[in-house]
Amino acid sequence: MLQIRLTTPLTDEVVEKLRIGQRVLLNGILYTARDAAHKKMVELLDRGEELPIPIKGQVIYYVGPSPAKPGRVIGSAGPTTSGRMDPYAPRLIALGLKGMIGKGKRSPEVIKAMKQYKAVYFAAVGGAAALLARAIKSCRVVAYPELGPEAIHELVVEDFPVIVVNDILGGDLYEEGVKIYAGR
Amino acid sequence: MRLVDAATITATVAELCQKANYELGEDVLEAFKEALDQEISLTGRDVLQQLLENARIAREEQVPMCQDTGFAVVFLEVGQEVVITGGDLYEAVNEGVRRGYQEGYLRKSIVDHPLRRKNTGDNTPAVIHTRIVPGDKLKIIVAPKGGGSENMSGLRMLKPAEGVEGVKKFVIEQVRAAGPNPCPPVVVGVGIGGTFEKAALLAKEALLRPLGQPHPDTEIACLERELLEAINNLGIGPQGLGGRTTALAVHVEVFPCHIASLPVAVNINCHASRHKEAIL
Repeated sequence: MLQIRLTTPLTDEVVEKLRIGQRVLLNGILYTARDAAHKKMVELLDRGEELPIPIKGQVIYYVGPSPAKPGRVIGSAGPTTSGRMDPYAPRLIALGLKGMIGKGKRSPEVIKAMKQYKAVYFAAVGGAAALLARAIKSCRVVAYPELGPEAIHELVVEDFPVIVVNDILGGDLYEEGVKIYAGR
Repeated sequence: MRLVDAATITATVAELCQKANYELGEDVLEAFKEALDQEISLTGRDVLQQLLENARIAREEQVPMCQDTGFAVVFLEVGQEVVITGGDLYEAVNEGVRRGYQEGYLRKSIVDHPLRRKNTGDNTPAVIHTRIVPGDKLKIIVAPKGGGSENMSGLRMLKPAEGVEGVKKFVIEQVRAAGPNPCPPVVVGVGIGGTFEKAALLAKEALLRPLGQPHPDTEIACLERELLEAINNLGIGPQGLGGRTTALAVHVEVFPCHIASLPVAVNINCHASRHKEAIL
């Protein structure tokens, strides 16, 4: 398969060209965050305070890794179900978040925000956690250490494999891909 | 009468928790390879290749194949001539889960209360199903079950008049509604008959059957093939990104039921169809 190699942070120009079904190898920094971290970030915004991470151009990976064995950077680290982050995602997209990595469908509100502010949603292969962990070269906690495995981590990745599921045109691979193969 | 030491049970459960999470069964790997031969979607093929590679890395490096190392569901078949010595059977199993998840660097995903939701920190308690059987052996099956696929399962009390057509409709709708969330290609366990809780247990037990082994009753085996074909015609495909391989297998188990009832349960398993067993 044709693969596109990208490095974060992502610009509008790069995001505009991505289309559903494309396979992308991500390089650079990814931030991890799941339910509890998203809740905390949105509470900060509600109070008019700054986010603990630079959000502009960044990509957030929805993941709750297994514990790292001694001598390893991280444990197994596959994507979790993105739908749980839907209530929070549009706020972050409006502030310049350019990409999200997870698995499963997004809400119409998130898809609308992706179109309006130019952001994309990538799927990583759910369950391929040992394989994905290999692409993670370093990992450190940058916010909310009290959340343990749900803290925000800064990951440095090399050729982290993802697939574009929602693009800025409103395309949705979960809808389009299924239509192609239904009944065949 | 035969004596089995509680400490042996603990050690066995601890080992099974790790093996189940690190080593995907040969039957599942074979099903991946077969799916790869038949999959026409390029994205679907790419996903299946990643799953095969992932299983290889997990086994070789003895790390979990998925970060969600699951709820430890433990099936015990206790021979009626077995006497457990040196401790309580269920405590021995829970201690095994505690040790297996700690020593194996497996994720602890269990909260102490469904509403208060504080992590128990050691992945206990296990969900334990016990059956007393003839003989002097103790069989232990550990089946770690991930949350993503468990959440997509369902149960319906059909009217007997809805019959096999009603059953098919419900099973297919359940898989369609689940879409990409349970990490397809899935294994679909179906329990038909019994009571409300028996149907659910049948569906879970159906997941333990080796892939590629049809039900011994030819009529049920035929229903399994029909359901598999209909599910793979949905087009959901690997990871829900479109393709032919939505399910690797459909396993149906049946049980007698009340004249007024037709319970049907669908328990969906992700592609990490994990379980390991030992006989003491």
